[in-house]
Amino acid sequence: MRKISEQPRIIVDGVSKRFTLNHTQSFKELFIAWIKRKPTRSTFQALTDVDIRIGEGESVALLGLNGSGKSTTLKLISGVLRPDQGRVLTRGRVAGLIEVGAGFHPDLTGRDNVYLNAAILGMSKPEIDERFDDIVAFSEIGEFIDTEVKHYSSGMFVRLAFSVAIHAELDILLVDEVLAVGDAPFREKCKQKIRELSAQRKTMLVVSHDIGMVKQLCERGIVLRRGEITFDGPIDEAARQLEQSSR
Amino acid sequence: MIGRALRARVTDWRASPSTIVRVTRSTPAEDLSGFSVPGAGRGILDVFRYRYLLRLLIRKGTQTRYHGSVLGWTWSYVKPAAQFAIFYVVLGVFLDLNRGIEGFPIYLFSGIIVINLFNEAFGNATKSIVNNAPLVKKIYLPRELFPVADVFIAFVHFLPQLAILLVVVLLNGWAPTAVQIAGVFVALILVLVLALGLGLLFGSVNVSFRDAQNVVEIILLFSTWSAPVLYSFTLVRDKLPQWLFELYMANPLTSAVELFHSAFWYPTTVTSPERPENLWLLATVGMVIAALFLLIGQLVFRKFEGRFAQDL
Repeated sequence: MRKISEQPRIIVDGVSKRFTLNHTQSFKELFIAWIKRKPTRSTFQALTDVDIRIGEGESVALLGLNGSGKSTTLKLISGVLRPDQGRVLTRGRVAGLIEVGAGFHPDLTGRDNVYLNAAILGMSKPEIDERFDDIVAFSEIGEFIDTEVKHYSSGMFVRLAFSVAIHAELDILLVDEVLAVGDAPFREKCKQKIRELSAQRKTMLVVSHDIGMVKQLCERGIVLRRGEITFDGPIDEAARQLEQSSR
Repeated sequence: MIGRALRARVTDWRASPSTIVRVTRSTPAEDLSGFSVPGAGRGILDVFRYRYLLRLLIRKGTQTRYHGSVLGWTWSYVKPAAQFAIFYVVLGVFLDLNRGIEGFPIYLFSGIIVINLFNEAFGNATKSIVNNAPLVKKIYLPRELFPVADVFIAFVHFLPQLAILLVVVLLNGWAPTAVQIAGVFVALILVLVLALGLGLLFGSVNVSFRDAQNVVEIILLFSTWSAPVLYSFTLVRDKLPQWLFELYMANPLTSAVELFHSAFWYPTTVTSPERPENLWLLATVGMVIAALFLLIGQLVFRKFEGRFAQDL
């Protein structure tokens, strides 16, 4: 499918991630737990020895039930989390559609928020200036762009946030469950935009429970179960695997 | 149903092996140039690369501060004025602490604004990571941006206080020398570096242990009294043994406050009151201490940074 000489965009190499869960929040609780001989902490193995290689221009879906480690994988690739074991490497600019609107401030206008969030996603001022009109047009916010974001309807808010993220300068796009936003026409538009990026040979890693949509966008699927990869191959086969799997 | 699934998962956690043997599969010959490790920044140096974002964060902080209030930025003038009035009336008039200090109001105010700057910069920087939790958890940025932005925001809010001070001293025939003005800049850098260093240190600890912000509140409570703001340094010299007095003078805040006194209060006095000896030496010592705290703060921050997203 792709040339062997080509370098991958994302390398996940033998990565494990474990979370430590503290059951006690204070000295008092710690003392009581100690008296009662209760464990004060436990660990949760989120990922075990995961290997993923994604080439340039590939669109890959991460599939799995809740708690299978999909979002953790995405966070490791975006750099928010660090692996306990193994290594994660990326080539090029990574932008995440991970919970859009995280950087929005309700008291700022739509315009200020666009600039702030685009800068958070790593864009420079000239880049934002150049794309500003596209961002506003895509979001269909129109004249409300100079209104404070707190007055927006939730749909408008999400449309603007998504629009900023999708227009970011990127080589690798991470998408986590955000395509379920907006109304049907807007969703269709988002899918269209993602296909466009795909045609530009951008690398894409999508996490979603919407199998139908994932099948439209991706050609390869990786199935995770309890933090381990159980399948990596064509998307249709991956979807079938997922249907059969259980927690 | 859900309960059963959860319980099933809980037993799974216990069963999971505690150690996993690391297997490296990549062939050693693989060319990895052009690749980067996500989330590995260069610490505070990265902030310069994100100058534009830093500017926007500072603007956000200053724009939204008085959002929804009618008086807006007037509060930045009212608050220090009220604080000054209280100290002046209680300490100057009731307690008669101004004995021996000529032009006590100017002495008091020029010192207070230095401490206010430190308290606000340090206090806000300590809470900056926790306050920006949604961003820290979802998008990778050099996290140092947040405390750095908060220190700058504190500086912006310090400017109105400085403006009031300037008006007051100009009305009192202020004619400083160039060296005294240079002292102002040294004092400001000193305070900001110290606040940033301590802010990085306590801010990163604060993510896992919110006790840190309570410790900081106590430090801030002490800071007003640890420097010669409400009294003269001569009082301390007369009461304390020599070595303790020298320790007191080595406090970076003491030298910052005294530099401000030299620049703003001293030129307005007639009797030429006593100034600390070797003030510039003390400022150098203070600068070294502040730089040391910045280094420690940065190292601790880097150490804790990997856990920010999962501990918030």
